[in-house]
Amino acid sequence: MTRFILRRLGFLTLTVLLTSLLVFLVTQWLPGDVCRIILGREAGQGAIETCRLELGLDQPLPIQYLNWLGDFLTGDWGISFSTNLPIYPIVMDRMGNSLMLALVALLISVPLGVALGIIAGLNENKPIDSTINVGSLSVVGLPEFVTGLVLIQVFSFGLRDLGLPYFPANSSIPPDANFLEALPMLILPALTAMLVLLAYIARLTRSGVIEELKQPYVRTADLKGLPRRTVIVKHVLRNALLPTITIIAISTGWLISGLVVIENVFNYPGLGRLMIFAIDRRDLPLLQAVTMVTVLGFALANLGADLLYGLLNPRIRLE
Amino acid sequence: MIAPYEENEILASQARQPPSAEHWFGTDNLGRDVFSRVILGSREILVLAGLGTLLAVICGTLFGLLTGYRGGWFDEVAMRTFDSLLALPALLLALLLLGTVGQSKYSVLIVLVIVYTPIVARVVRSVVLAVKPQGFVEAARLGGETQTRILLREIMPSVLPTLSVESALRFSYAIFLVASLGFLGVGVQPPSPNWGLMVKEARTFASLLPWALFFPAAAISIVVIGVNLMADGVKRVIGPEQAD
Repeated sequence: MTRFILRRLGFLTLTVLLTSLLVFLVTQWLPGDVCRIILGREAGQGAIETCRLELGLDQPLPIQYLNWLGDFLTGDWGISFSTNLPIYPIVMDRMGNSLMLALVALLISVPLGVALGIIAGLNENKPIDSTINVGSLSVVGLPEFVTGLVLIQVFSFGLRDLGLPYFPANSSIPPDANFLEALPMLILPALTAMLVLLAYIARLTRSGVIEELKQPYVRTADLKGLPRRTVIVKHVLRNALLPTITIIAISTGWLISGLVVIENVFNYPGLGRLMIFAIDRRDLPLLQAVTMVTVLGFALANLGADLLYGLLNPRIRLE
Repeated sequence: MIAPYEENEILASQARQPPSAEHWFGTDNLGRDVFSRVILGSREILVLAGLGTLLAVICGTLFGLLTGYRGGWFDEVAMRTFDSLLALPALLLALLLLGTVGQSKYSVLIVLVIVYTPIVARVVRSVVLAVKPQGFVEAARLGGETQTRILLREIMPSVLPTLSVESALRFSYAIFLVASLGFLGVGVQPPSPNWGLMVKEARTFASLLPWALFFPAAAISIVVIGVNLMADGVKRVIGPEQAD
């Protein structure tokens, strides 16, 4: 097991390092002269030279990368171009918000998605399966900004017009709100994320269940006279649900992309909105930091799933 | 041809009109005909997503065939590069690239190719690796066939079914991505009739001019669901063993 963990950790570090190199090249080297961007087109040559010296841009590219990486690892993420504030606290604050939203979304979608997937898989090609299948195909296809706007229309404006209690359409939670105060504002964005995840998790769980049902051991269990219930719960589900862990890890990728859009639909102060803000203002240091944090989060989610999978399925460890 | 007006034609006297016989989907706050914009917007989203997918499939197939067949350091370098690209979810990679290289229709196209090439390459490579050790490939090599001929005549036929499933899937994701980028206001710039961008612009006037919001949103939904069902159909026809 230790070797397995170490190998996974090594692989993770390598990927993250390579991605950090990519992020560095894309944000630092591709756009041209950063000093020209900060100081504007009219800046004199002298000012540009001083700025380049200050930011260490006169050094060779590999040294610049190592410096940048070192700064990043020590939490020195620099000053945002557009707000002149240190980046680290802003990003950490927003990350907390995004994590909170992601957690609420996962907590609703995973059990529901797995349940729907099991129901569909056990009833393969029956009407209930087709219904779940077509339903999830349609929902998985809808962009988050469409489902989000529909939810706002129904559960915010619709309920309000009927004079009923309604959910807020704008989820810009104040910085010092605690979880309970923020919860009503979290519901609609989390539901939107759920619609995306639910379909995805349900479809993959379904194919896992169908795959397991075909295995010889299921027939053996059936033939030796075990009740169908026992066969399904003790044999099929145990094996079929193992890949669900991987599915949840893969769907964090979807969740991250989805959250970027959802946060912008609902004005939710998370990393996704911060990223669009950074792009709008061409705030490259901020964009770098947001991207790196996301890469790390995504990689850690995958690592976690790998380890959990290895822990539960000894066959993987021996590979 | 179908659209009665130009996409950006401003009919100042007819701004903010609800749907009618003359303006089927109404007009927006500037007086642009929403029906014409939705129709002409379909051209942009389909061409952009289609061309992006096509180029990504071509590049990805080339990389996949070569890395899978030749192996060695080229394979190693290409795969590690692709790994690092795939360590970011597609939308984030697209945003990162568009945020730095500047925003236009063409950069969106390039970004689509960069985002999807690694995925296609990986899929193709895995098929090549499975086919390569088989007898007929070995026979062709010993028979003195050139590498290009082996790749195209011997290996490519095995790649095609998986590749068509993958292409259909990529196309549906590409439409999704182009629309989402439009909504985020990154990439394609106003006054382009990108459906996502139209939704973003119409949100400001949602309570006043709901039709300007509804029709582009409905158009995206219909196209995306349609393409998804098509991709699912392709997958079913070609065979469940290629589904994963």
